[in-house]
Amino acid sequence: METAWVAERLKARFGQAVEGVQSPGGDEAVVVSASALPDVCRFLRDEPDLRFEMLNCITAVDYLQTDAKKAAKTSWQPHLELLYHLSSLTHHARLVLKVLLPRWRDDVPGRLPQVPSVTGVWKAADWHEREVYDLSGVEFTGHPDLRRILCPEDWEGHPLRKDYQMPKEYHGIRVR
Amino acid sequence: MSEDRESLAAAGEVRTEELLINMGPQHPSTHGVLRVVLRTDGELVLDAVPHIGYLHRCAEKIGENVTARQWIPYTDRMDYLAGMNMNLGWSLTVEKLLGLQVTEKARHLRVLIAELGRIASHLVAAGTYGLDLGSFTPFMYCFREREKILNLFEAVCGARLTYSYITIGGMMADLPPGWLEECEAFLDQFNPVIDDLHDLLSTNAIFIKRTAAVGVLSREDALDYGCTGPVLRGSGVDWDLRRDGDPFYTRMYEGYDFETAVCREGRYPQNPPCPDVPPEAVLGDCWHRFFVRMVEVAQSIRLVRQAIDRYRHAEGDIGRPIKLNDKLPPGEVYLETECPKGQMGFLVVGQGEAVPWRARARSSSFCNLSALRHLCRNCLIADVPAIVGSLDIVLGEVDR
Repeated sequence: METAWVAERLKARFGQAVEGVQSPGGDEAVVVSASALPDVCRFLRDEPDLRFEMLNCITAVDYLQTDAKKAAKTSWQPHLELLYHLSSLTHHARLVLKVLLPRWRDDVPGRLPQVPSVTGVWKAADWHEREVYDLSGVEFTGHPDLRRILCPEDWEGHPLRKDYQMPKEYHGIRVR
Repeated sequence: MSEDRESLAAAGEVRTEELLINMGPQHPSTHGVLRVVLRTDGELVLDAVPHIGYLHRCAEKIGENVTARQWIPYTDRMDYLAGMNMNLGWSLTVEKLLGLQVTEKARHLRVLIAELGRIASHLVAAGTYGLDLGSFTPFMYCFREREKILNLFEAVCGARLTYSYITIGGMMADLPPGWLEECEAFLDQFNPVIDDLHDLLSTNAIFIKRTAAVGVLSREDALDYGCTGPVLRGSGVDWDLRRDGDPFYTRMYEGYDFETAVCREGRYPQNPPCPDVPPEAVLGDCWHRFFVRMVEVAQSIRLVRQAIDRYRHAEGDIGRPIKLNDKLPPGEVYLETECPKGQMGFLVVGQGEAVPWRARARSSSFCNLSALRHLCRNCLIADVPAIVGSLDIVLGEVDR
């Protein structure tokens, strides 16, 4: 199943919410807007000619160049990307969905960007979204139980953010 | 019956005191540092909430701070019972980004090593599963055989658990002289052991009582929770990435003859022959998840034998790995491989530097474990170890 064909199929149904195909080299990805994500996912799962029954993985990639010299040369603005890797067992197909987000909501550092949860579409999203929230700091609205999963509950910050500062100590234990 | 009791309890007619029990993180049946909080009513488990993260070692953050090849040793510490398969997953992912193809000889060597790794991992799964259910002998049988595989691996790369042998662009070294003969000798004496394990576990009346119709995971739920590997096939889904995966991965198994371990019309593949499914077993229960692994071991032996033959006849060398600081081109590649525990996925994002912009590990055990709460609802306390064991998780991979 060609990514471009899936993108056309989604565009015909969701219009502006599907922003097109991105191919940064390697895998191609269909870029969709955050607000339409659950509907797009349900469509991808339920349409007979698509049938993406399985959500394999959710990943957040933080695009922020902390090195000022390199930052001057980078082509992109700071942002976050969410990658959803899906597979269809019926059609032997794989698909990557991409959602582009600001690093902080309303550009206020500390306010996490929001994305609607897809736990209603695939139960696998439950733990994956918790992990992304925990490590990359993305808030999934509508998630039934959004709390940290790998780090302790009282941990501060989101370690996979590029500007993350590791604390000096945790409950009196020196960590660095 | 359990539902009746719950509804009665809900109606306030029968009220036994609910008890919260912490199973783990230091419980031998949780296969590592897993904590499950059980809400129980007598012997009945009303809810089981898994808590993970005790073995979190920031593998992905480390991956953003070392070069792609330097991350290899961190991958085999994820699923430390199948380090070879973890190395292979990351190597293939980066190779796909680099557009690199290993030599024919290296391809066969990889199949040989990866399938031996699968046997070793499944032996631990089978042995400890017996132990969970109160049977000690199979554990000793399994670990005796696994020890022989570890000896073979040690001869190949010097390590017994964390190999870093398969690496980006090839392997660290070729096989030492006489290794193939030793491997063949191992396989010859290993075949009867599988029959022993079938006698001791798969067809054992007590074992069947403990596992059949316990923790039934339907096909739909298995897909919904993203379960993969033996857990998915145990629910009757004919899906194996070695056959159905990304072409970049399946190319490795091109020309190999093997069957996927899945129950078709009430029977498992009979080449080589294996026992029948007991009438008590229900598709998707603990027994099936266990049995899929046993069938896979037999299939892996077939693959290893073929790989030995092909490796012997392949011309050329095993190629050369990339350099430690070779740069990655810009791009994103996500690739899943069929590891013993399930589909292990790696994502690499390159930005023109040797250090990946992002290194992501999608753990199969993580997804398989997320189904635990669903499986443990309204089971008995004694069934919880049976269900956890049948999922065959490794906490190093769950927590990364």
